[in-house]
Amino acid sequence: MSQLMSGAKILLECLAREGVEVIFGYPGGVTLPFYDALYDHPIRHVLVRHEQNAAFAAQGYSRSTGRVGVCCATSGPGATNLVTGLVDAMMDSIPIVALTGQVSTKLIGTDAFQEADTFGITRSATKHNYLVKNIKDLPSVIHEAFYIAASGRPGPVLVDVTKDVFMGNCQYEPVNSIHLPGYKVYTEGHTGQIRRAAQMILEAERPMIYAGGGIVLGNAHEELRELVEAVDAPTVCTLMGLGGLPSEHPNFISMPGMHGSYAANMAMSGADLLIALGVRFDDRVTGRLAAFAPHAKIIHVDIDPAEISKNRNADLPIVGDLKRILPKLTANVREIRTEAGSPDRPGLKAWWKQVRAWKEENPLVPVYSKTEIKPQHLMAEIDRISGGKAIVTSDVGQHQMWAAQLIRYNAPRLWINSGGLGSMGFGLPSAIGAQFANPDQLVFSIVGDGGFQMSLPELATLMNYGLPVKIIVMNNGYLGMVRQWQELFYNNRLSSVTLDSFPDPSLLAGAYGFKGRTIEHPSELASALQEAIDYHGPYLLNVKVTPTENVYPMVPSGGAIHEMVLGPVQPTPVA
Amino acid sequence: MLQIISLLMENKAGALMRVTGLLTARGYNIDSLTVARTLDAGLSRMTIAVDIEPHGRRQLIKQMNKLINVLQATDLSEGPAVTREMVLMRVRASQESRTAILKESEIFGARVVDSTLEGFALEATGDAEKLDEFINTMQSYGEIEVTRSGAVAVSLDSKKLRLSPPIPRGETMLVEEKNGVA
Repeated sequence: MSQLMSGAKILLECLAREGVEVIFGYPGGVTLPFYDALYDHPIRHVLVRHEQNAAFAAQGYSRSTGRVGVCCATSGPGATNLVTGLVDAMMDSIPIVALTGQVSTKLIGTDAFQEADTFGITRSATKHNYLVKNIKDLPSVIHEAFYIAASGRPGPVLVDVTKDVFMGNCQYEPVNSIHLPGYKVYTEGHTGQIRRAAQMILEAERPMIYAGGGIVLGNAHEELRELVEAVDAPTVCTLMGLGGLPSEHPNFISMPGMHGSYAANMAMSGADLLIALGVRFDDRVTGRLAAFAPHAKIIHVDIDPAEISKNRNADLPIVGDLKRILPKLTANVREIRTEAGSPDRPGLKAWWKQVRAWKEENPLVPVYSKTEIKPQHLMAEIDRISGGKAIVTSDVGQHQMWAAQLIRYNAPRLWINSGGLGSMGFGLPSAIGAQFANPDQLVFSIVGDGGFQMSLPELATLMNYGLPVKIIVMNNGYLGMVRQWQELFYNNRLSSVTLDSFPDPSLLAGAYGFKGRTIEHPSELASALQEAIDYHGPYLLNVKVTPTENVYPMVPSGGAIHEMVLGPVQPTPVA
Repeated sequence: MLQIISLLMENKAGALMRVTGLLTARGYNIDSLTVARTLDAGLSRMTIAVDIEPHGRRQLIKQMNKLINVLQATDLSEGPAVTREMVLMRVRASQESRTAILKESEIFGARVVDSTLEGFALEATGDAEKLDEFINTMQSYGEIEVTRSGAVAVSLDSKKLRLSPPIPRGETMLVEEKNGVA
């Protein structure tokens, strides 16, 4: 039954059909008709204080739930401000739909007020984008946008809607099917390849599972655990895959890569088979590609065919959905083993002994001091409180690496960080989205003093919506990771990395109406964190940590991952 | 030596930009590009001539196949294919050289599309090398002005033969109501 409706109302109707409950956005001139329709619509709008943070908040919502996050901005500056958030979602394959207003169709191309070529600007920042100039196209475009965002390898989709489309009227007929002739989604995986993969797994003496963000995005964590237990292989989760296998699982060997653990990197380098699941052999994981996992054959399972053999040649590729493929792979492994009479696997036993020895040799453990709060100590305390259950968002840099190394994530979608793009200012707005989606869960936003100051305007959003996010500023007074590299590779010539004039957190939080404080002594840490958690609203805890602490282990840029620097280089004693 | 990439894509605003964007983002120069609609007016066939090393090209074609508007991207340099290009040329011809120009055109299979007292407009098709030769030859007769169409190509691989309009094979899905607030 069709009915005459405005474009703005049709858009809201389509969003409601897609199950949207909240939009993170910021209004403006050309989106006025849309905001007018929102006024008495049940979909909730969260007013952020900068459009970039609308995209980050939509990501936080999506990353913590698996649902499509929605953000909205006006034309021109509103749309251009979204771009970093879109590219960030693109790099980490996060399904979000961005709605932007565009000037009226007849004004496009005239340099009208607040006009920007949003369609052109966001072409490479999105999985797909649309410019809607005809109201009749609107319903199918919206449903296509949600489908494209969430299916296959997920990603951001932007829909640019002209003002005349918002304001125009049209007989609205719900669209019940969409057709995308050029869009292919691979799901099942090749049966023969899966069988061959199972054989390779059982023939391997030193198998290793290398699990990435695809496990989390594909909701394949249960299926991963089944496979890990069937194969009994040591398993690493990448920065994007943390929580894909519970951190407390006996087969979990932490994170590999530039700041990965000694055991993870040594095991990757020593394995004779890498079972790569939803990973993209990112340079931060592989180090020098030519020296990466030199003895290993590669089984690569990914939903995106363009990832296969992109960086490292796959000996056995399987293209499809991990959630569908892993159970078949596990079943094949079990079947072949049983058929062979469940033989002993002495090679695997020796392999585990070696991996355990590496773990004991250089474990990832916090560093403590009696006089200063070590950043690792801070993470260890957060870990103790979280118990592997809290949502932790972060920015990018040293704090991100320590939080990845030292906090347990016993479920997927707890660890939310900007992995691929490495956007500063991501932690606080993504926590806003995550807290909205999970109102009863404890959400820590662990940020550095640099990134935090990039997201300051969102303190108002926190207060505005009463979101009890616990902001933990790991404050070392520096842009820590850049300082670390300047120290190690640029003769300690510290160029523009000192962050003086950090605001007094009690005054800053107080100005917005919530509580904040600074601590700098280790003895205060536990009680201050407890106070932050017990506080009914948002809390800003500024933790002054050792200013010049470096993140270790570290694989220097261009190095092989088994050539880690394990700790500060000791000065050579003079003979 | 240039390679030819052939794409079947939706005939939509922005589709061309998505394809060329993948090339420019990687710093590849497009030597030639042609695009026109197919028997199915909703679809276009694009032929791109580029010079990219094999690993980069394989990766690029995968990325092209991922584009929502692209139904199929194929590397025609890897199998049997025929490539043709057209050149439109104006030659300024003196009275003495007119006959020679016409004879030479005949050898290259070119047609005269316009003739004036100043000279001719000629049309020739062929592969790039043959057209290069034709252009060189004509240059020796006097001033010329040339417009080349860029390569169009078709695969001769029997597996890729499509005598009828290609049938879209992508995704169709039903829109389901999800549990929202409405």
